[in-house]
Amino acid sequence: MSRLHLLWRKSLNILMLTLTGVAALLVVSVLFLILGCLLWNGGKSLNLSFFTQLPKPVGESGGGMANAIVGSLKLLLLAAVLGLPVGLLAGVYLAEFGGKTFSFVIRYTTDILNGVPSVVIGIFAYTLAVLPVKHFSTFAGGVALGVMAIPITVRSTEEFLRAVPGTLREGAMALGASKWRTIATVVLPAAKGGIITGMLLALARVAGETAPLLFTALGNQFWSPGWSQPTASLPTVIYAYALSAYDDWHRQAWAAGLVLLALVLVANVGTRLALSRGGAARGV
Amino acid sequence: MSATATIIAATAPPEAGPRAFIRRLRHGDEVAHLVTFIFAASILLLTSMLVYELWVTSHLSRAKFGWSFLATRIWDPVFENFGALPYIYGTLVTSAIALIIAVPLGLAAATFLAELAPRRISDGVAFLIDLLAAVPSVIYGLLGIFVVVPLMRTVIGPALKNSLGFLPFFKGPNYGVGFLTAGIVLSIMVVPFIISVSREVLLTVPRDQREAALALGATRWEATWKVVIPWARAGIAGSVFLALARALGETMAVTMVIGNATAISASLFSPGDTIAATIASQFTEATGDLYLSALVELGLVLFLITFILNGLARLLILVTERGGQRG
Repeated sequence: MSRLHLLWRKSLNILMLTLTGVAALLVVSVLFLILGCLLWNGGKSLNLSFFTQLPKPVGESGGGMANAIVGSLKLLLLAAVLGLPVGLLAGVYLAEFGGKTFSFVIRYTTDILNGVPSVVIGIFAYTLAVLPVKHFSTFAGGVALGVMAIPITVRSTEEFLRAVPGTLREGAMALGASKWRTIATVVLPAAKGGIITGMLLALARVAGETAPLLFTALGNQFWSPGWSQPTASLPTVIYAYALSAYDDWHRQAWAAGLVLLALVLVANVGTRLALSRGGAARGV
Repeated sequence: MSATATIIAATAPPEAGPRAFIRRLRHGDEVAHLVTFIFAASILLLTSMLVYELWVTSHLSRAKFGWSFLATRIWDPVFENFGALPYIYGTLVTSAIALIIAVPLGLAAATFLAELAPRRISDGVAFLIDLLAAVPSVIYGLLGIFVVVPLMRTVIGPALKNSLGFLPFFKGPNYGVGFLTAGIVLSIMVVPFIISVSREVLLTVPRDQREAALALGATRWEATWKVVIPWARAGIAGSVFLALARALGETMAVTMVIGNATAISASLFSPGDTIAATIASQFTEATGDLYLSALVELGLVLFLITFILNGLARLLILVTERGGQRG
């Protein structure tokens, strides 16, 4: 009886541990399935004209998404200009100046903002930048993406500043540097790699956002000069083309998906690799 | 004499009042403090503005429908009669399906990574799972439309009908798009969050807890199931809440595979809609002020739900990690 019980416990042990391994394998294989699927379907329809031409009208095959690629870049630039400085300076405040209560409030608010569904951020940007002027614009899309980039930048900046050893600060101050000089010339340079990584990851995250762009930047079949007209962007084009009824547009959606995914993954892998190498070099 | 004066000036308490404040601003420290403070405060301002704008813009709808907005089954843009119940229902059903699939899967994978896999492999796999979390939502939608929906129509749906077709959940026509498809796609999207947070939490469980259980003769699995997981209970619950908040607010992938129909149906094959998907698909079509206002009120409801869930999740994770440090 007791030997049987032991056998049962041991088999259960092996069974359950195997199952946990299978679960991990399953989840990781999903990533490779996604990659494979996009490479297979997107690779077939990716060519030079995809990057250089405008979309063709329905019925004509060919054409590209040059306007959507440029549109995405413009939106990202706006998001970087609007969002990253706020995130950086707020992160510096939390790590270097903040008191107890107010810092807690800011941290908590940042978490809230980070958890707000992207479609709600879209509504917010709509009320800020579309309703008052009564038209959709590149600027409104940039506002939405900029707001989304703030919380990610704040948290990563604070984290990396805190990782800078206190002895560095004390050394600079002992040499007579004032606090802001210490931060600007010693602490920030020491955390530079990490902070830039955090910013790139924030941009990589907002680069794939679609929902906040649907009713801010809207979309456009043509070039969008300046900042006050609606613009196409890769994520919204994927959405529109994938839901269309034309095979040619489906193929284009796959190609755009591949380009977008490649951008996001390269940014993620690249920055993380750079960070781990930098960390090893510093001996952290 | 001048030396004494300097000492007195240096030891004198800092002056109060706005003029003294402005004088202190001449020093870089105060300026840097003030500037960074303003930017930090701007986050607070921005978030308050978000809530305020949602509240004000949804005024028309709130004034007309009141609380019944949450309990009405009709969504009729033509006669301007709006109720959110079908979308609340759709949001809850799809999120529930997602969690039913993702929680066991994610927890098992996290257990493997934290308890069994060597640290190097565990870190490598955790990195890949972080990448999975970075895949844009619209890409999941793309794969959903062209891979999961056909699979649902030809393989998964018929299989479920044959085996469990007697249940009300699996009756009715199967179009490929619907609650179940959206739930499956969502489960893939939230699983990385469950894994990475649970793994972190499991790694904070003190080593001696495990060793004590093993020393008492427990098998590896028993030590994990009866000691480690109960210890990390609150943090795991936190990871589930985070995943739930994410699932509730997820927009694009759901919009693309749920079928966009205003319907409450027991059948999981039935097309439906969620709060987020409704906002995404109808916002640009909203012609009347009341229509727009009702959509913004949907956004307000969504914000409040995710706000509460996120707060709970943070609290639970904090409690567990503090406990781990103490023990």
